[in-house]
Amino acid sequence: MEKQQLLELKKTAVRIRRHIIDAVYHAGSGHPGGSLSCTDILTVLYFKHMNVNINDPNDLDRDRFVMSKGHCAPALYATLAEKGFFSTEELKNLRKIDSFLQGHPSMKDVPGVDMSTGSLGQGISASVGMALAGKLDKKDYRVYVIIGDGECQEGQVWEALMAAAHYKLDNLTVFLDHNGLQIDGKITEVMSPECLPSKFRAFNWNVIEIDGNDLIAIDDAVEKAKATKGMPTMVVANTVKGKGVSFMEGEYGWHGKAPNKEERDKAISELDKAMELLGGE
Amino acid sequence: MSKIATREAYGKALAEFGKDPNIVVLDADLSKSTKTDTFQKVYPERFFNIGIAEANMISIAAGMATCGKTVFASTFAVFASMRACEQIRNSICYPKLNVKIGATHAGISVGEDGASHQTVEDMAIMRSLPNMTIICPCDGIETRAAVKAAIDIKGPVYLRLGRLALPLVHKEEDFSFELGKGIQLKDGGDVTIIATGLMVYKSLEAAEMLKAQGIDARVIDIHTIKPIDKDIIVKAAKETGAIVTAEEHNIIGGLTGAVAEVLVQNYPVPLKAVAINDVFGKSGKPDELFQEYGLTPENIVKQAQEVIKMKK
Repeated sequence: MEKQQLLELKKTAVRIRRHIIDAVYHAGSGHPGGSLSCTDILTVLYFKHMNVNINDPNDLDRDRFVMSKGHCAPALYATLAEKGFFSTEELKNLRKIDSFLQGHPSMKDVPGVDMSTGSLGQGISASVGMALAGKLDKKDYRVYVIIGDGECQEGQVWEALMAAAHYKLDNLTVFLDHNGLQIDGKITEVMSPECLPSKFRAFNWNVIEIDGNDLIAIDDAVEKAKATKGMPTMVVANTVKGKGVSFMEGEYGWHGKAPNKEERDKAISELDKAMELLGGE
Repeated sequence: MSKIATREAYGKALAEFGKDPNIVVLDADLSKSTKTDTFQKVYPERFFNIGIAEANMISIAAGMATCGKTVFASTFAVFASMRACEQIRNSICYPKLNVKIGATHAGISVGEDGASHQTVEDMAIMRSLPNMTIICPCDGIETRAAVKAAIDIKGPVYLRLGRLALPLVHKEEDFSFELGKGIQLKDGGDVTIIATGLMVYKSLEAAEMLKAQGIDARVIDIHTIKPIDKDIIVKAAKETGAIVTAEEHNIIGGLTGAVAEVLVQNYPVPLKAVAINDVFGKSGKPDELFQEYGLTPENIVKQAQEVIKMKK
């Protein structure tokens, strides 16, 4: 990746993180931790790889994205707004009574959302359906998904993994947002799904393990997935929950809690500083 | 008279209307029982076996529907409506996706497999899902029309189908099917029997038996359980003053519930139900089970006599 492009992506990721903090703050509820951990993945997908058209969000030839861990809607909405599907101003209305920005992604309400999600385990199955339809229609669009590591406790995830490998869906790339935390604590303490990479390999997936907050590593993984034929790719993205906001990092308490005014200001000032270090807007 | 199960007619209809390249069919390892194998033989490239994973099948169907496909997903009614219930709600009904659930082996007429594979709850569950349309055809001819109607409307449809071969109620020549509109099979002024699925032909038999007793019963075939045909029900209430519902389903929440909801809100008249009285089924031959649970023309006659006594 060129230096300038990497710098721009880094700035975009900071902008998306600021949107997430502000959106959840204004909503007074929502899920900042997992939204921040998967921000870098969304940034690389939407601002480097995915073929999407903001003027025709339902273009049949577009690449698809499914946020299977639907509670991370703030990250998806912030990304879509930053991409231009709707105004970033709308993000302040997240979860409000007259807003189209539903608490969890709703494809009928939000331009750019390809699948309604929120009930864990279902999004990845839907993405299998999208990839299967792409193969059937001999289209060359690709389907990208983010699942959570806690989400892997849902049996349906494994049904979907089995089906994707069975149908050799090499047009499907799933990112595991492996931040190690869920609502009630560490995934290994609540109900360990580990060892995930070896389980994915046993399900006949191409497995790539990366630092999931490293834009270059994410980009490389997407390229490798594109080059892989005959099997779907699982990118095990080792991430930090709450990434980018010091007091949220690695704290499961920030899974589903909104910052108060003071916390919001502190988070935004940290992100502003990060932007300054990148040379400013 | 030649008999055909509604599942059989479903498979044939899929093969017939399946020439539309947008139609895909999914099954969960029951294609020989649900009869989707009839479609598979003609269009193997558009048939996908998802294995014994009903929840996955339903969400995969949703994903394919987002890509413009008209998706039929089939398994037994018990698994479709309950194992995959939440997937139907969140992946299909909430985003109003174009998925048709071909739910076969509904009711107790599954027979020998017993309660685990019978379904007495599905219509109640599916009725309470917003955006869902429910069709429960009474014979092979109506099933073919129901499949066509399901293809023609964009959105979720639950097709309730049976295992048992049934006599034809309708005649091909003069049959017309309109989604959401009941079909009056016989006029009558003393009482109305409103039936769905395999209880329709039994209701016609009951009407003959009532006629011999001098009771003139109207018979209505309700193929669309949701949206229910309010007009035909209210008209029957006004003109006959008493209703008997007949369904191969729990008395709670199915046809009886739907008819009662229409009556009490519009034109209350007495109602008696021929339905399963909130119990699970069991193993046995279908006819033995019909006797055991009162799903018989004789019981329809009895309930008609009772409800007529309740008329003011």
